[in-house]
Amino acid sequence: MTSFWSMWVIVLTAITIILVTWVLFANRTQDQNTEGNTTGHVYDGIEEYNNPLPAWWFMMFVITIIFAIGYLIVYPGMGNYPGVLGWTQIDQHDREVAAADAKFRDMRDRYLALPVEEIATDPAVRKMGMRMFSNNCAQCHGSDAKGAYGFPNLTDDDWLYGGTPEAIKATLINGRMAAMPAWGSILGDQGITETTAYVQSLSGRDVDDGMAKAGEKHYQTYCAACHGADGKGNHALGAPNLANGIWLYGGSTEQISHTLRAGRNGVMPAFNDTLSEDKIHILTAYVYGLTQ
Amino acid sequence: MSELNSALEHPTYNYKVVRQFAIMTVVWGIVGMLVGVIIAAQLAWPQLNPGLEWLHFGRLRPLHTNAVIFAFGGCALFATSYYIVQRTTQARLISDKLAAFTFWGWQAVIVSAAITLPLGLTSSKEYAELEWPIDILITIVWVSYAVVFFGTLVKRKVKHIYVANWFLGSFIIAVAILHLLNSAAIPVSAFKSYSVYAGTVDAMVQWWYGHNAVGFFLTAGFLGMMYYFVPKQAERPVYSYRLSIVHFWALVAVYIWAGPHHLHYTALPDWAQSLGMVMSLILLAPSWGGMINGMMTLSGAWHKLRTDPILRFLVVSLSFYGMSTFEGPMMSIKTVNALSHYTDWTIGHVHSGALGWVAMISIGSLYHLFPILFGRERMYSTDLINVHFWMSTIGTVLYIAALWVNGIMQGLMWRAYNQDGTLTYNFVESVAASYPGYVVRVLGGTIFFAGMLVMAYNVYMTARKDVEAQPAPAAASAA
Repeated sequence: MTSFWSMWVIVLTAITIILVTWVLFANRTQDQNTEGNTTGHVYDGIEEYNNPLPAWWFMMFVITIIFAIGYLIVYPGMGNYPGVLGWTQIDQHDREVAAADAKFRDMRDRYLALPVEEIATDPAVRKMGMRMFSNNCAQCHGSDAKGAYGFPNLTDDDWLYGGTPEAIKATLINGRMAAMPAWGSILGDQGITETTAYVQSLSGRDVDDGMAKAGEKHYQTYCAACHGADGKGNHALGAPNLANGIWLYGGSTEQISHTLRAGRNGVMPAFNDTLSEDKIHILTAYVYGLTQ
Repeated sequence: MSELNSALEHPTYNYKVVRQFAIMTVVWGIVGMLVGVIIAAQLAWPQLNPGLEWLHFGRLRPLHTNAVIFAFGGCALFATSYYIVQRTTQARLISDKLAAFTFWGWQAVIVSAAITLPLGLTSSKEYAELEWPIDILITIVWVSYAVVFFGTLVKRKVKHIYVANWFLGSFIIAVAILHLLNSAAIPVSAFKSYSVYAGTVDAMVQWWYGHNAVGFFLTAGFLGMMYYFVPKQAERPVYSYRLSIVHFWALVAVYIWAGPHHLHYTALPDWAQSLGMVMSLILLAPSWGGMINGMMTLSGAWHKLRTDPILRFLVVSLSFYGMSTFEGPMMSIKTVNALSHYTDWTIGHVHSGALGWVAMISIGSLYHLFPILFGRERMYSTDLINVHFWMSTIGTVLYIAALWVNGIMQGLMWRAYNQDGTLTYNFVESVAASYPGYVVRVLGGTIFFAGMLVMAYNVYMTARKDVEAQPAPAAASAA
């Protein structure tokens, strides 16, 4: 804030408080003769007494004004003046986080020093991991971690980016951006139908052989680069296994066709700014432990 | 018959526009509160969100707030302010045509809101959701309102201006300024615009508007109503003229600062948060000044509460006003706000003001007004007013108690943590724990809403020319 605007705030605040105080004191009278007498005004039959201000109310008013002035001396409020304490909400936040860290960090650091595989079955770790999961992950993956349409199930052994502790931790730290391109304009309606048939045949479903045969050509041209020649997927690219009957966006003919035609963009957010390293370590152990 | 007809049209005053607004207050009250009951039920039982997007909670919630604040509350303020300004200045409204325009214009605003909000057309600013063409219509109607009100004040036949008109005048001016500044937007199509403000500034302007919608629309305006109908119904002089001077000037000077308390512990700079908090605390005494002046006006007339349910409405509304204007400054304290913010406590606080204060003072005032507007001696049934009083009181208490419990519980659950440093509860566990409170809220809201239906019946029977009012209760005639 420039010093002009700082002065603006200070002057307006001071004028308001001074005027309010002046109105209060200017109308304070000890003259008890006014009690019970009307002002002489009559409006539609309504008269007005001019009783003195109730003493307790007057005192309450004065106390709030004194408190306000005191608060504005101690805390920031008057423009750029920082207050006697130099308090800021950022400082308060940092101090509270530091206090919590001091209290819990040692305990979590002990776990950080141990490999994920070793702590994944530790009851204390599972309990902490479960609370962290329910506050950070359950919104998408479900409180039972079994996922939902568009959000992977974390309790089976089908992993898009790999299920090793390292891979899970990398997913948590940096997030993932999945990109399945849209093939509608390249394959055309016929091509989409054929490719769908072939993709369904990969997991052993009954399909029209002729269609699947035609679809295989498209598959090997456009899809195999990511999903592999055998359709088993590729962890490095986050390309799903198409042969195991697990479908992130549904396995019906219509749903697979839609995925092929319009593409998909899955997003797992990065947690490196939200959770500290020790917390991510414990969360990794929890997720890893779901399948152990 | 002819005698009654002549009473309908007062020789001096324009009662037609008052009657129109008064009737629509009841109609919009029923509509707005019904939508409130529906969305409260949707929160308790989410299955009630049907597949139709127009009836989804996210679309109906702004419809509810707009309907109860601007349709119900707005019509009540138009009706009573036009009545009060004429009676206390002994002057007829300066223009019947312009007054009629404000009636039809305001109804057009309400109907536009009722159509556009369920369609999802919104500026997304809370309590200012209406898109820019409707904002322009509001501005035109509001300026006309100001011309009628202040024009009538200017040609008043009494020397002084009564305190009720100070509050009503400040409400009309402040709402005009708030509406113009907060709704400033750049249109990109007939139904879409973007705020001219960005980021934190946008949030601050929004809550400067939002809190003063409470301060000037729902407080100053209704205090104007209180200052006429309480002394009138109690037939007692106002307690203290000098108290009204102090609390009026302090209230209008300080309320305008209180908005930042809606943005504690956010990106809003510390200095603005502090000013919002201390001004909110200073606001306690000016707010209570109105309650004291209303309550103490009854000294010497307390016995009337035994027989007059209209006076009960007015007095209980002042009690809820006092309670919520204590609760507000308390919740603006940062330490308290750290617990209460984002919880149902806030919604409970709003409703102790909205149901307990705004609705009950309006209902009491309307029960005073309707017989006059229909040329009757009294309402068709005093017993039904009493039934309505108890339904409103019980409904309000159930509503706010349920959300106090829910709000404090949510605040405590969100901050609870285990010995290992992890949070004890996740968010959805606090939602599940809120279920009983949500059910009680539906119950309280339903009772309050049903009371409005009792009122509608009573008003209808009062308006009918072929029905005589029921005899006054024995107790009343004995007194």
